[in-house]
Amino acid sequence: MTTTSAQTYTPSTDTLSAVLSRGAAPARPSAWSASLTFGWRAVLKIKHVPEQLFDVTAFPIIMTLMFTYLFGGALAGSTREYLQFFLPGIMVTSVVMITMYTGVGLNTDIEKGVFDRFRTLPVWRPAALVGMIFGDVLRYILAATTIMVVGLILGFRPDGGVMGIVGGIALLVVFSFAFSWIWTMFGLLLRSEKSVMGVSMLVLFPLTFLSNVFVEPSTMPGWLQAFVEVNPITHLVTAIRSIMSGTPDMPEIMWTFIASGALVLIFGTLTMRLYNRK
Amino acid sequence: MNPPAIETNGLVKTFGDNRAVDGVDLTVPSGTVYGLLGPNGAGKTTVVRMLATLLRPDGGAARVFGHDVLREADAVRSRVSLTGQYASVDEDLTGTENLVLLGRLLGHGKRAARDRAAQLLAAFGLTDAADRQIKKYSGGMRRRIDIAASILNTPDLLFLDEPTTGLDPRSRNQVWDIIRIVVASGTTVLLTTQYLDEADQLAGRIAVIDHGRVIAEGTPGELKSSIGAGTVHVRLRDAAQRPAAERVLAEELGTTVQLEADPVALTARADGSSRGAAEQASRALARLAEAGIVVDDFSLGQPSLDEVFLALTASTSQAVPA
Repeated sequence: MTTTSAQTYTPSTDTLSAVLSRGAAPARPSAWSASLTFGWRAVLKIKHVPEQLFDVTAFPIIMTLMFTYLFGGALAGSTREYLQFFLPGIMVTSVVMITMYTGVGLNTDIEKGVFDRFRTLPVWRPAALVGMIFGDVLRYILAATTIMVVGLILGFRPDGGVMGIVGGIALLVVFSFAFSWIWTMFGLLLRSEKSVMGVSMLVLFPLTFLSNVFVEPSTMPGWLQAFVEVNPITHLVTAIRSIMSGTPDMPEIMWTFIASGALVLIFGTLTMRLYNRK
Repeated sequence: MNPPAIETNGLVKTFGDNRAVDGVDLTVPSGTVYGLLGPNGAGKTTVVRMLATLLRPDGGAARVFGHDVLREADAVRSRVSLTGQYASVDEDLTGTENLVLLGRLLGHGKRAARDRAAQLLAAFGLTDAADRQIKKYSGGMRRRIDIAASILNTPDLLFLDEPTTGLDPRSRNQVWDIIRIVVASGTTVLLTTQYLDEADQLAGRIAVIDHGRVIAEGTPGELKSSIGAGTVHVRLRDAAQRPAAERVLAEELGTTVQLEADPVALTARADGSSRGAAEQASRALARLAEAGIVVDDFSLGQPSLDEVFLALTASTSQAVPA
């Protein structure tokens, strides 16, 4: 085969006519397969721009170290003691915070011409967004694993063992996948990357800090306890702590699954409505 | 009979107060190249985006091969491809990755998608750049990979939104050649452009669009003859001779002469009615010499898009009773 350099390229009728396929087009891919293909696109983007993994590795490590040594002595007598309580919570905080990059990423991605092409393809409509979140799920797994490794090094020793750790991370990933649809909605709704960031922070800071992540809610004033009780992050953290300590709290786990389903249903629908309109 | 590739009736799209597309009627027969010609902001891209199911029309109807773009969007999507004004490929990915990704989304197996990608890259002279990210491609190469992506499953209707804007002349010619070959294979093309020259080269019929309306429609020949066969551009050495030159040209060409902002330049249309436009022009040049007017530059060219617009908008305003 002869290679043609870009400068000397002359379109040839014979070779071009040969690649114009007039045969029957293949059957359209299933919703699952189309989503996986878009997930593969996200993986390729990570491969080409590996720096983007900085925020899912460095940020969680800093969060874990900072709060463990800042609060450990004061709150639980020793950092090692505090870690047994705190690690599942900081893992949830870090990963849930990272979900906002889904919205930021979509907001910049959607402005590019390639989305015009995606949206004119005869594939299952949500596939492009589901695939994008699949890629983000890999980042969540990486972030959760990073924190767990740091925790284990610092002395986190859960009674649930390996199964408890894996189960806890799995539940966190399920919830984060569902939670990401809030940000896809904002990513499509808001005009700039900065405003997506701003709204994300406004939601995420109270949600993660006003929970049972850092301290026992019993030490808080009554009105704050009331908020902490209904905060979904509290339920998630309680469920994950119970799994990691080897005594799964079934009602809390069920609660997390139901909340995840509701998030996908509500925010997934709103996202798709905006996506089709854009 | 088969339905036309595109049929629109009173198509409207508004953005706030702006009626970007204001009642467009088009009929594009299958197997042809149809040009939408107009300046920036005329509404060309908006029309294309509605036909490609990317934007919802606010009024009127549009059908592609008989399928309504709103109610049967999926049927439309399975028969069209779009090459947008900005590269419709992923800049972070390589050429191969982009084509394999699309191949998979269009239902090809892993192996078939790879083979197809390699085949297309070779046909578009991009084999050497196959493993380079698109953001490192030149403008011409981007256009080519974009068109390659659009014909991965060869569409029945291809939208090309300003395919040569910003390209150097060589790349532009390459794109033109590619478009001709694609059309010869049976694909209908809807082309938007700002260049009369480009529409003339490629399109069988042209609709001229301005302020969201079709102001003229016809073959390139019909459009040009409706405003005169050619335009004579004259540059004098001495600005003081311009009034004399204006009289000579007006007399010889039988049209009004336009005085350009440049004090030594004049422009006039040759209608080509009695004799050919070239003969009219050469007689005019001879008369200028006889009158002792020093001419530095003299050319007969196709009317520019500006002139087409001036002529068309002038004729529509005349048609409206005062």
